[in-house]
Amino acid sequence: MDRRQFLTLSPTRHKTAKAPFGRTDSGIAPFTGAFDTAQAVHLLKRALFGASPADLSWAKGLGSMDQAVDALLTPLATMPSPPVNNYGDDATGIAPGATWVNAPAYVRMENDPLGQNRQRSYKAWWTGVMLNQTRSIHEKMVLFWHNHFVTETQTVTDLRYVYKYNTTLRQYALGNFKALTKAITKDPAMLIYLNGNLNGKTAADENYARELHELFTIGKGPDSHYTEDDVRASARVLTGYRVDENTITSHFDSTQHDFTNKQFSDFYGAKTVTGKTGPAGETELDDLLNIIFSQPECAKFIVRKLYRFFIYYKIDDAVEQNVIAPLADIFRTNNYEILPVLSALFKSEHFYDPLNMSCLIKSPIDFCIGLCREFSVVFPAASDYMNAYEAWDYIRDFAGKMLQNIGDPPLVAGWAPYYQEPMFHEMWINTDTLPKRNMLSDYLVQGQGAPHDLKIDVLAFADQLSDPGNPVTLVKDSLDLLYRVDVSDSLRSFMKNSILLSGQSPNSDYYWTDAWQAYKGNPGDAATRTVVESRLKAMYKFIMDLSEYQLS
Amino acid sequence: MRRRDFLKHTASAAVLPSIIDGFSVKAFSTSPMLAALQGAATDNDHVLVMIQLTGGNDGLNMVIPLDIYDKYQAARSNIAIQQGKVLPLANNIKTGIHPAMTGIQELYDDGKVCILQSVGYPSPDYSHFRATDIWLSGSGAKDILNTGWGGRYLGFEYPNFPEGFPNADAPDPLAIQIGSLVSPVFQGTAASMGIAITSATDFYDLLENPPIDPVPNTHWGDELTYIRLIAKQSDKYTDSIKLAAGKVTQQSPYPANNDLAAQLKIVARLVAGGLKTRMYMVSTGGFDTHASQTEAGDTSKGYHAELLGKVSAAIKAFMDDLTRLKVSKRVVGMTFSEFGRRTKSNGSMGTDHGAAAPMIVFGDYVLQGVLGNSPNIPDAASVGDNIPMQYDFRSVYASILEQWFCVKESDLKTILLDDYQRLPIVSGIACGLITSTDDVNQNAGINYITNYPNPFADKTYLKYKTKGGHTMIQIFDTTGRLIQVPVNKIHTPGDYTVTFDGEDLPNGVYYARFQNGTIQQVRTMLKVR
Repeated sequence: MDRRQFLTLSPTRHKTAKAPFGRTDSGIAPFTGAFDTAQAVHLLKRALFGASPADLSWAKGLGSMDQAVDALLTPLATMPSPPVNNYGDDATGIAPGATWVNAPAYVRMENDPLGQNRQRSYKAWWTGVMLNQTRSIHEKMVLFWHNHFVTETQTVTDLRYVYKYNTTLRQYALGNFKALTKAITKDPAMLIYLNGNLNGKTAADENYARELHELFTIGKGPDSHYTEDDVRASARVLTGYRVDENTITSHFDSTQHDFTNKQFSDFYGAKTVTGKTGPAGETELDDLLNIIFSQPECAKFIVRKLYRFFIYYKIDDAVEQNVIAPLADIFRTNNYEILPVLSALFKSEHFYDPLNMSCLIKSPIDFCIGLCREFSVVFPAASDYMNAYEAWDYIRDFAGKMLQNIGDPPLVAGWAPYYQEPMFHEMWINTDTLPKRNMLSDYLVQGQGAPHDLKIDVLAFADQLSDPGNPVTLVKDSLDLLYRVDVSDSLRSFMKNSILLSGQSPNSDYYWTDAWQAYKGNPGDAATRTVVESRLKAMYKFIMDLSEYQLS
Repeated sequence: MRRRDFLKHTASAAVLPSIIDGFSVKAFSTSPMLAALQGAATDNDHVLVMIQLTGGNDGLNMVIPLDIYDKYQAARSNIAIQQGKVLPLANNIKTGIHPAMTGIQELYDDGKVCILQSVGYPSPDYSHFRATDIWLSGSGAKDILNTGWGGRYLGFEYPNFPEGFPNADAPDPLAIQIGSLVSPVFQGTAASMGIAITSATDFYDLLENPPIDPVPNTHWGDELTYIRLIAKQSDKYTDSIKLAAGKVTQQSPYPANNDLAAQLKIVARLVAGGLKTRMYMVSTGGFDTHASQTEAGDTSKGYHAELLGKVSAAIKAFMDDLTRLKVSKRVVGMTFSEFGRRTKSNGSMGTDHGAAAPMIVFGDYVLQGVLGNSPNIPDAASVGDNIPMQYDFRSVYASILEQWFCVKESDLKTILLDDYQRLPIVSGIACGLITSTDDVNQNAGINYITNYPNPFADKTYLKYKTKGGHTMIQIFDTTGRLIQVPVNKIHTPGDYTVTFDGEDLPNGVYYARFQNGTIQQVRTMLKVR
């Protein structure tokens, strides 16, 4: 095939033309353009971890962008099965293979080996849940809320609480933000993590109260003007919550509650939370949240955070005005229900603006989980829990080495790339982490170096594409799915000629076609299989090693 | 740690992203301890340059059998090089080379070239892809290897790579691919032992590499630029390569419009710049000459002549440059192609996919000579006839590993996965070993293997003479398919006879290949009924 044919074989390429320069002022008006491969892959990669060939045909098969978004925004009806004992000896009598999340309390020994075992079990389990995600944004929102309402397993130490915290995030992930805030405020893991369980009437502990304003609801944006007195008043509202290690729950102890009145600043409308005695003291939390959530900055703060998580980290005046403000209005109008905001965002012309495509640096979790999902890396069955947990832990550990250790964000503010000016997401990528990203993809594509035979089946992947026997189409389909950035014709030619054709004449596409057909005709034959497999491995390794693969 | 503590103690967190989460940037950097633990590799500064001729080079028009010129001419009358134009080789009346290869002729006459006749393997594969994989991995026709022979060698010398590399003992890349895709030849068990010379280096523009796509002034353009910058900084070997390249400010002239010359020029620069890299791979394509490989009027000219001329000129310029840079003694180079081409030419003045073919090995320490005899060409070649192998390509690898990289004989099998005959290719001086080897060019007149009756109808007796040690006889048909191995054992010296039963075989020519130490001979046998 000559170059002219090559070009004419890619009639859809002009549709993924280079993004226009500069800023656009697209807002949240519904997107009315074509919902083609580029748009579908964009939506999938942002809402899920990676986009597999099957995900793409599913999304396009739904018929319209609206339907695809609606389907992806459907909450999961059931909770995943809880983590199990994959570590053997358990002082509380939990048998191997049984779940430890409701185990009785135990006396912790030095270094708490049981706690550490459960910590690994929990993190592996969560990784497995993400790897097995269905086509719902639910799982990504759990991660979003984990980064928002941070707890750290190494501080909470009792993993039964941490598991409960995880289920709280799951329960409200696509529900009501105000209800989530209330649940998290009383969540045992959070009470332990930010000392709420020590907060008493004699000397209020301000730790949680401060973060409630600064990190969880209002933030420190230019229009945030809550005061130190607001923090102290909130701390007093929150006195009295205690944690019971036998029931693994929290409760309100009115004898520890400060029942004096709490006065708030002008920023919060100079309102007062009237002190209450007895069990009624617990309702002061609702009064406090009503005050906080009536401040418009609250909705803006969360919308900005969602924007940075799903779209891009730079928020300029146009975005603030055209996107953040109207979405915050939707959020408030809907009484802080999360779904209407996400729906408006993912259906907006702003979301499908070429300027906002391809610009999101994959977080380590998005990279690792997405890589495994895109290529349908096969893990041991969950029933084979010893091996399954080990394999999940391998991926979890890799993401940790890339600076995102799930369950243990570095501090209460979450992972720095989500808030740290001016680099934001670029902080995920440095000279230490980027080689590790390449190492993981190399290990998996090479099928060597990872445990439990974890590997990318390049043949199975290619086989799902539209015409794997045609090297031009194969390169195009692969790039359409794996990259968000359009690449030049010469790079495409390079992949076809130097990799798939092994440097044979560029006009000899039939060599690849013949090799593919020989393999398909006799898939059990090692020689014919290796011929195509080795070249596909080289191509997918090349694709994943280029910087373009780091963008979603 | 609470956020406020964190900020207090690490105010510069934003500019030191790599220490977040307590993870150090030094995880993969130099560790003398690791280097000491892993044991030092064979200590020499020898370099092997592999030149891949992609497409299947027509060996019979590159190395021309003057002693059987009539048979050669008859087999490919439309493309045979005119006898008078064939370039002669010093002290060798049997063999000449293509008229376009004056550079190689000069190097040969200077005593720096060894030509190996009919290098191949039993039961050759005629697919470009599969045959390439076989040559690069060093596998047999039926075996699948996921590692390259170069990768296995380097993995043997540097077992922990890439953990702890670069280090004080191995500060430079172990293997370099000129181009942007590392050849499978460098694939080790877990990691590729090679790196590709890419955009990080000054000479990137000389090569036909995939371009670094330009980015627009958009969000994704900004992010891509950032990631590429980090990718560049992460390349552990950028500095050492740049340093080496920077040390060489003047090079000898290389021919223009010659992609192989451009690649070899980079290799010379890196070698002379002091890079300790052991293996280099360069490649050039276009050898798939199914049609019009020569001009109709003058068979010494045309497309194939241009290709060979480029290869020859590039190698000559490379050697001259190395010599002036005073590093030629560090380098041995070799050409190879995934297969040779058919003995008989086709009607469109081309040649189709074939089997065994000659290899050219060059370097100051290379032993001058043509190893092996002129290929066996039948009196009336038919379209399916192939050149029977005289030497297994893995024998060439084994010989280079032993004689140039000084790998112990006992370790060769670890790398090549079997025992292979070693051939006198590199002078024993290179590894400080002087061992007496048979002068394989002086075996004319001695029949190591004969058969009778010949022609034969069902059985024939193979009579052979061994000096002792490992002795093997392989029977091939004219396509190179391995039919039988009647002898493959350790012998005491003497004359032996073995029966070859060919009753079930179709009529035609069969080759009995005898191998004993460095000696090999091919006997042509004819089955009739």
